[in-house]
Amino acid sequence: MIAQIFAERCTGCQACVAACPTHVFDAGTDGVPLIARLDQCQTCFMCELYCPADALYVAPEQEGEPGLSAAEALAMGQVGRLRHDYGWDRDAPPEAPHLQDFWQLGPLLREGAEIAARRYAKRKAAFEDG
Amino acid sequence: MSEAAPITRSADVLIIGGGMAACWAAIMAAQAGVEVLLVDKGFVGTSGVTATGGPNHWWVAPEPGRRETAIEERYARSFGLAERDWMARIIDETWRALPQLAGYYPFAGDGKGGTFYSGVRGPEYMRALRRFAQDAGVTILDHHPSLELLLHADGAVAGAAGYARLKQQTWTVRAGAVVIATGGCAFRSGLIGSHGNSGDGLLMAAEAGAVLSGMEFSVSYSLSPAWNSTRTLPYFAARFFDTEGRELDVPPPMSGEAAHLRALARALETGPVLADLSDAPDALKRGLRRIQPASLAPFERKRIDLFRDRFPVRIFGEGTVRGTGGLQIVGDGCETSVANLYAAGDSATRELVAGATSGGGAQNAAWALTSGRIAGAAAAAHARGAGRRRDAPVKAAGTAGLRPASTARLPDAREGLPVIQAATIGYDAALWRSGDKLVRHRDAVEAIWRTIADHGHAEGGGAVALREHAAMAACARWILAAALTRDESRGMHMRIDRPGTDPAQQSRLLVAGLDRVWTRPERGAAQEIAA
Repeated sequence: MIAQIFAERCTGCQACVAACPTHVFDAGTDGVPLIARLDQCQTCFMCELYCPADALYVAPEQEGEPGLSAAEALAMGQVGRLRHDYGWDRDAPPEAPHLQDFWQLGPLLREGAEIAARRYAKRKAAFEDG
Repeated sequence: MSEAAPITRSADVLIIGGGMAACWAAIMAAQAGVEVLLVDKGFVGTSGVTATGGPNHWWVAPEPGRRETAIEERYARSFGLAERDWMARIIDETWRALPQLAGYYPFAGDGKGGTFYSGVRGPEYMRALRRFAQDAGVTILDHHPSLELLLHADGAVAGAAGYARLKQQTWTVRAGAVVIATGGCAFRSGLIGSHGNSGDGLLMAAEAGAVLSGMEFSVSYSLSPAWNSTRTLPYFAARFFDTEGRELDVPPPMSGEAAHLRALARALETGPVLADLSDAPDALKRGLRRIQPASLAPFERKRIDLFRDRFPVRIFGEGTVRGTGGLQIVGDGCETSVANLYAAGDSATRELVAGATSGGGAQNAAWALTSGRIAGAAAAAHARGAGRRRDAPVKAAGTAGLRPASTARLPDAREGLPVIQAATIGYDAALWRSGDKLVRHRDAVEAIWRTIADHGHAEGGGAVALREHAAMAACARWILAAALTRDESRGMHMRIDRPGTDPAQQSRLLVAGLDRVWTRPERGAAQEIAA
């Protein structure tokens, strides 16, 4: 759930109002958007990607009130982390593109499934051996 | 209700939806040289289940025999309901289309010295499709949820109407052809990205007279931490434990998905299930942040080490998103059974390529891409010939939630949602279907539908929310009717009272109707299900 918009960081660009796919925000009269429909937040973190000022924090629980103060949110050390991990806060050097490891997704997924299958077969065999 | 003047526009082709299928449809229609308007409930770039994911597309090189082999492998798993020609089409179209995104998407290496095209990360993919569509000349209207279709006197679709929620204005668009690409229906399960996937387009199309197919094939779940649905990459090697520390007997995910899901569902019904990822591949532990950073955030923000600590999980219902059901496709151009109306992506039945199974991620993304491109091109060609007929009188087709059959009031639609969820994505109802349970759930959902259809009425943003609940109720009714009619088990449709697959029922099953729901085999006589 969206927990905080940090007024001192927010530039009032309203990018989050536009980018939120589920219409959680309203444009605020003082320039800082309002969290107007918390019940529609799906905890997708997309607003953090689209906020160029890193002025938002989404708490990880997708149900219930986030109940986190601005100070507590900042103290998590996670504000802006996701946008940085995606590389949306900077251009990538040509020799190290942001998505250079993305091809590994399929092979790693299959490897995980194979680990589970081997382990399960071993467990079943041990069980049958008594 | 809004005081502002309504927005009225016209276009040759109107695309409803804002995910990958909608964007590919818009791009193809615009490239055909017609005027294209795309309206999305949310924001094109973050809307839908692709934006939060990382779709891998079915990717088979045009080398001798390779595609034929891939098609035969998948056909053998379709329970006889897929079509080889459609599979060949989506392989070929995907192969040719994805590299066209090169100016918009930062494709990188494939680890073998080549370019990795088949898998794309969601936020970057949808950002690229938005820019590609805009450069092709598409006009995008974000936050313009559609409420209903408009019909000509002859029954052909004439456009759509809705509500611009940031401007608080109603809107009307007249068009020569309309493409429904609003995604599937996940019944607000919490599945990441699916909050807006409430089946709106299926309801709108059905009100215009469209028919659906394969709605019984809607039993699909994905595993995630209990507090936040993520993509599933990290969890494939998981071991599972109860809170006493006893390891649970959960067959591995690739041993047959049903056994894996059923074991998890049964355990979740008795208590919390904890996952242990200490066995995950080392390269995943090192590289997850660079591959899929959003999967780490829910853990780091709770100060949980996902590869060391055990954490609670649950399985999130995917409804017709990864299930296959959707609007029936009646032609090679992704035409629906209604004139001027096309369907693409998860809004359309994916049985044509996946049959009675989910199809898995790669086939699904290739279907969304291809059906979008085919529908967009066909809609453009049709609109160019038929014209916009923008001065002809039209009728609004919307019913439940817009034009109540009896006295109007604002029902608390949210009260019905748990009943709809129990009937469609409830573990017992979905993974262990039986005639008795289906009848019981059908009657419960029927009462909710009746309240919305007879009395439901709201204005502005309230109408959007009410229509979402009407759409979820409608989808639930079609799913239950189809599951009841399909008197056998086939693929992801599993009936404990009919465990076998009946060769006589190897046909796609159509379902439609609002006041009264009916079903019939794609070739055969109508069989009405009493409301």
